[in-house]
Amino acid sequence: MTLLRITVFSLAIMFAFTIFANILPQVQSDPPQTEEIDESSLDVAGQIAWGRRLFEGQGTCTLCHNNLGRAPDLLELDLAATLPERIADQRYAGAAAGLSGAAAIEIYLRESMIDPSAFVVDGFGKKGTNDTESPMPRVDAAPISLSATETDALIGFLQDLAGFEVTVALPSAADAVESANVEETPSEDVWPLTSAEDIIANLGCAGCHDLFGSGADIGPDLAETVQQMQRHQLRAAIIDPNAEIADGYEADFMPPDYAEQMWASELELVVDYLIALGAGEAVQ
Amino acid sequence: MGGRTFVWVFAQMHLFLAAFVLAVPLFVLIIELLGVLTKDPRYDVMAHEFMKISMAAYSFTALTGGALAIALFLFYPVVMGYLMQVFRGQTLIYAALFVMESLFLYIYYYSWGVLRYGNRKWVHLSIGLVLNAVGLTLMFVANAWATFMMSPSGVDPSTGAVIGTVWEATRNPLWNPLNLHRFLANIAYGGAIVGAYAAYRFLSAKNAAERAHYDWMGYTSNFIAVCGFLPLPFAGYWLMAEIYAYSQQMGITAMGGILAWLFIIQAVLIGTIILAANYYLWCGLGRTRKGATYAPYVKYIAVVIVGGFLVWVTPHTLILTPQEIRLLGGTNHGFLGPLGIMPAKNMAVNLMLVATFLSFQLFNRSSREPTVSWARTGNLLIVALYVVGVLNIVGAGIYGYITPTVYKVGASVPQVATTISIIIFALIIDGFMSRGAKRSKVHWGRMSTRSQYALFVLPIAFTWLMGLMGYIRSSVRTHWHVYTIMKDTSPEAYIPTIGQAGNVITMITLIFMGVIVFVFWLSQMGEIKQAKPGGKISK
Repeated sequence: MTLLRITVFSLAIMFAFTIFANILPQVQSDPPQTEEIDESSLDVAGQIAWGRRLFEGQGTCTLCHNNLGRAPDLLELDLAATLPERIADQRYAGAAAGLSGAAAIEIYLRESMIDPSAFVVDGFGKKGTNDTESPMPRVDAAPISLSATETDALIGFLQDLAGFEVTVALPSAADAVESANVEETPSEDVWPLTSAEDIIANLGCAGCHDLFGSGADIGPDLAETVQQMQRHQLRAAIIDPNAEIADGYEADFMPPDYAEQMWASELELVVDYLIALGAGEAVQ
Repeated sequence: MGGRTFVWVFAQMHLFLAAFVLAVPLFVLIIELLGVLTKDPRYDVMAHEFMKISMAAYSFTALTGGALAIALFLFYPVVMGYLMQVFRGQTLIYAALFVMESLFLYIYYYSWGVLRYGNRKWVHLSIGLVLNAVGLTLMFVANAWATFMMSPSGVDPSTGAVIGTVWEATRNPLWNPLNLHRFLANIAYGGAIVGAYAAYRFLSAKNAAERAHYDWMGYTSNFIAVCGFLPLPFAGYWLMAEIYAYSQQMGITAMGGILAWLFIIQAVLIGTIILAANYYLWCGLGRTRKGATYAPYVKYIAVVIVGGFLVWVTPHTLILTPQEIRLLGGTNHGFLGPLGIMPAKNMAVNLMLVATFLSFQLFNRSSREPTVSWARTGNLLIVALYVVGVLNIVGAGIYGYITPTVYKVGASVPQVATTISIIIFALIIDGFMSRGAKRSKVHWGRMSTRSQYALFVLPIAFTWLMGLMGYIRSSVRTHWHVYTIMKDTSPEAYIPTIGQAGNVITMITLIFMGVIVFVFWLSQMGEIKQAKPGGKISK
C-alpha cells in the first residue's frame, strides 16, 4: 500500500511537470534555410530586400543588434550620422580610415562584418578586453557562414537603411555560379573518403608529387622528404604548405586550401599514409 | 522513435545513473570519516547502507553506457569517428579508468567489514579516496567530450582538422565550468535519491528504532542534497557566463532565444525542490523541544520562498493575441513585466537560498543551547548578518534594473558573494557559539508521514531538472553536432518544442525511477534471510 501511494504521488508530480511543459508556447526551431534566389537576376531593390531578410534571418544579426543593449541597435540608430562618425573616430585605424562617402561606408561595413574586432564601439567589447575585442562572430565563418554575395546584400541593406547610395555590386552570373558551388561545412550526410589512396586521387596530389608511379617531380619526392618529419609537421605542411618550403622548391606553388577540402579524418588518413610511405611501408 | 531520441534516452539514463554512482562514494567517504572522528558507529552503518544502494545501480550504469556507445556509433558514425580522432588515446584512458573505478568500487564496498577498526579503517578510507579520485577523473574526461562539441578547441576552426593536442581539445572553454556544475549537481542528486530510499524505509518501518534510523538517514540525505544544491546556481552562473564569453550567440540562444521559456520550467522545478526541502526541514523542528519556539518564524521563511518562486516563474514577454496586446498596452505586463527580467530573478533566487539556509540553521540550533558568555552578541551578529545581507541582495538587484543589459548579469556577482558570505559567516559564528553548548535530545523518528513525501519530490524534480538541463545544453548547439565545425544535416537537426522535450524527459524519468525502485528492492532483499523450512522469514 505504501509503495502504491508513493508511486501514485510520484506519477502525479511527473505528469504535473509534463503538463506544464505542454501548456507553454510551443516553438520548434528548425535549422536556418538558405534562401533559394536567382542572384543573376537581382536588381538593387531586390538586393536590399534580400539583405534585410538576411539581417533578420540567416545572418542572426537581430539576436544582438536590438534594443537590449548587447550591440548597437542598427534599426534604431541614426546610421547616416553614426557611420561617418565611427570612421572619423580617433581610435579607428581600419581600412576606411581617412576615406569618406558611400564607398568608405561600404568598406567600413564590410570590415565590421569580416573582421569585427578591427574597431569596437565604446562599451560593446568583450568583457575584460577594454573594447579591443568584439564579441561579434565573423559573418563569413561558421556558424553564420554568409557567402560573398550575401555579405554584399547585407551591406547594401545597411547602406540603404542609412540613406547612403548602395555601392555594392550586383551579383554577376559568375558570382551566382560560385555561390551555388560554395563548399558546405562537413556534415554527417557528406561522408568522408576512407582510404588515403582515394583522397590523394581526389585531390590530384600525384600531379605534382611522385605518387602511385606518376613520376611527377613538380613537388618534392614525398617518400624522402617525410622521413625527416614528425606527424604534426606533416599535418601542418598540408594545412599551410607555405610555412616551410623544401630546398629547391618555390613558395605559393602548392594550393593552400587542401585542408579545407578535406574532412579531418581524411587529413589524418593522408598523414598516416605519408608516415607509412616514409617508413617504406606504403606503395609510392 | 528516431535515432536521436534513442541516443537521447540512453545518454540521459546513463547520465542519471553515473551521477548517482559517482556521487554516493563522495559523501559516503565524508560520512565514514565523520564516523571515525566522532567515534559514533551510526555514521559507519549509514555510510555502508548508502554504498549498498549505489552498488546495485553500478551495473545499470555500465549497461546504459554500453548501450549509449553502441547507439552513438550506429546512428552517428561520422561524428564519433571525428571525436575519436580528436581525443585519440584518451578514449583508451577512459576505458582504463572505468576498469579502475569498478575495481576500487568493489574493493571499497566488500572490504568494509574487514577494514573496519584502527589503522585498517584508514586503509579503507584511503581506498575510498582513490575510488573518488578515479570517479571524478572519469567524469572530467567524459565532460571534455561533451563540452568539446559545444566549444571545440585544438582543431582548425574552418576545416575541423585536428591541429592541437588532446589536452588542448580537453581544456576547451566550457570544460571546467561544466566539471564544477556536474560535481555539485551529482552530490545534490545522489543525496536526493538516497533520501527517497530512507523515506521509503521510514514509511515501511516496523518499529520505532527502524523509524528513528531512517529518519536520521533521511535528514542526512536532505542535508547532503541541499549542501550540493546551494552553490549550484553559482556554478550555473559561471557556466552561462563562459558560454556567453565563448559565443554570445550561443548564450542568447539559451537565455534570450528559443530556449528562454525552458528557464521558466527550470524555475518551477527548482522552486519545487526548494519548497520540498524546506517543508521537510520545518517538519523536522518537531523533533526537538526548542524547535517549537522557532515555528512562528517558519511562516516568514515560507513567504520569502513562495514569493521568490512566483517572481522566478514570471515570464518577461508573453505570447499574446493582438487584442490582448492592445488591452495590456504591450507584450509586457506593466507591473509583472519588470519581475520577468534578470535582476528580479537574481534577487528571488538568492533570497530563496538564504531562506533555505536559515531553515537549516534553525533546525541545527533547535537542539543546542549556547552557554558562551557572548551568546546574545552572537545572536545579534547573526541577525545583523542576515539583515545586511538581504539589503545588499535587494540593493544589487535594484542596481541591475538601472544598468545596461550587458552588466545586468554581472550585477548578480555581489548578490552571489553576499549569499555565500551569509552562509559562511553564519556557520563560523554558530560554530563558536556551539562550543560547550547544552545539547537537548533530538527525537529521531518523530516525523509525520506527510513530511516523508517531500523526500520523494526531491529526486523526481531533480531527475526532471537534469533531463531538462541536458536538453538545453544539447540544444544550444542548434543544428551543429560540433558547434561551427560539423553540421547536423539530418532530418532531426531541429530543436524540439518544449512539449516534445517534456514528454521525452518524463519518459526517461519514468524509466529511471523504475530502475531505482528495482535497485531499492534489490538492496532491501539483500537484508532478508530465508528461515529454515517451517520457520518464519526474518531479517
